[in-house]
Amino acid sequence: MSFSDFIIPVLFAGVLLYGLFRKTDVFGEFTEGVREGLHTVYDIFPSLFCLVVTVAAFKASGGAELLTGLIAPALSAVGFPPECGSLLILRPFSGSGAIAIFEQILKAYGPDSFAGRVASVILGSSETTFYTLSVYFAAVKAKKTRYALAAALLGDIVCALVSAVTVRFLL
Amino acid sequence: MMKYIMTGMIVLSFIFAAVTGRMSELSTAFLEECGGAVELAIYLVGVIALWSGLMRVAQSSGLTEKLAKLTAPLLSKLFGGLSRGGKAMQYITLNITANILGLGNASTPFGIAAMREIEKEERSSVPEVASRNMITLTVMNTASLQLIPTTAAALRLKYGSESPMEILTCVWITSVCALAAALIACRVLGGRRRL
Repeated sequence: MSFSDFIIPVLFAGVLLYGLFRKTDVFGEFTEGVREGLHTVYDIFPSLFCLVVTVAAFKASGGAELLTGLIAPALSAVGFPPECGSLLILRPFSGSGAIAIFEQILKAYGPDSFAGRVASVILGSSETTFYTLSVYFAAVKAKKTRYALAAALLGDIVCALVSAVTVRFLL
Repeated sequence: MMKYIMTGMIVLSFIFAAVTGRMSELSTAFLEECGGAVELAIYLVGVIALWSGLMRVAQSSGLTEKLAKLTAPLLSKLFGGLSRGGKAMQYITLNITANILGLGNASTPFGIAAMREIEKEERSSVPEVASRNMITLTVMNTASLQLIPTTAAALRLKYGSESPMEILTCVWITSVCALAAALIACRVLGGRRRL
C-alpha cells in the first residue's frame, strides 16, 4: 500500500460522505452523472472511431519505421538519441503504442542508458496529443480548431528537445 | 482539422505501405481495428460513467465550487472571461487537479464537461469554431501536467533500472517547458481576438 493507493478510495468515500452531509441526493446525482457519461461517449464515439482506425492503418503501413529512418540524421544532429525516433513519432497518436515502443527501447538499450533515460522523460512529460484534440473538440462539435494543432505540436517538439538536454546535463 | 489529419494519414499510410510492401497488413488493419475502436469505447463508457457520477455529486454538494474558488486567482489569468466559481471554472479545476494527481482516466470526463460548460457560458461563440478558452484547455491537456510519472517509473523498474525515479527532475523541467511553449504559442497565435 502506497500513498497513491489511497487517492481514489478516499476521493469516493469523501465526496459521497460530504454530499450526504450537505443533504444532496447522492444516489440520484450519481446515477444522473452515469447517464450523462453514457451520452458523452455516444457523442465522441464517431471521432474516436475514425482516429483509432486511422492510427491503426498508419501503424500497419510501416510508416513509423520509415519516418524514423528519415529523421534519424536530423535527430542526431540536435543531440537527440535516434533510437528514440519511433517513440517520438508514435507518442502523439497512440498511448498503448508508445508504451510498447518504450518497453522495446528499455529492453534493447537498458533503462539507465542515454536512450532509455530520454525515452523515460518523453513518456513522463507528454500526452497522446491527437487523441486529446479529437476527443475534446468532438465534445463541443468544433470543426474549426484554429491554432490548436500548431500549439500542441510545438509543445511536443519542445518536449523532445528539452528531454535530451535535461538528461544530458542533469543525469 | 480532423478531415486533414484523417485524409492525410490514410493517404500517407497507403504510400508507405506501397513502399514497404505491407499492403496486405494495411488492408487487414482497416477491417480488424474497427472492432478495436468499439472495445475502446466500451472501456471508456465504464470509466467516464464512474467519474461523471462522482463529479455530479461533488458538483451539486458545492464541493467543486469551493475548490474552484481556491484555484481562481491562478486559473482566471489563463482562462479569461469565464465567471469565477462558475461551472466551467469548476470543471477546469477538476480536470487540472486530476491531471496533476495522475488520474488520467478521470481527467478526460472532467475535461469534456469543462469544454461543454465553456461553450454554454460563451454563448456568443460561433458554432463549430473552437473558442480561445476551449483551445487553451485542450492544448493544456495535450501537454503533461502529471506530477509523478508512474507509468514510466514502473516500467523502468521492471526492466531493471538502478534508480527508476531519477528521471523526476528532468520530467518536471521538460513538462514545464513544453507546457509553457504550448501556452505561449496559444497567446501569440490567438492574437487579440477575445474569444
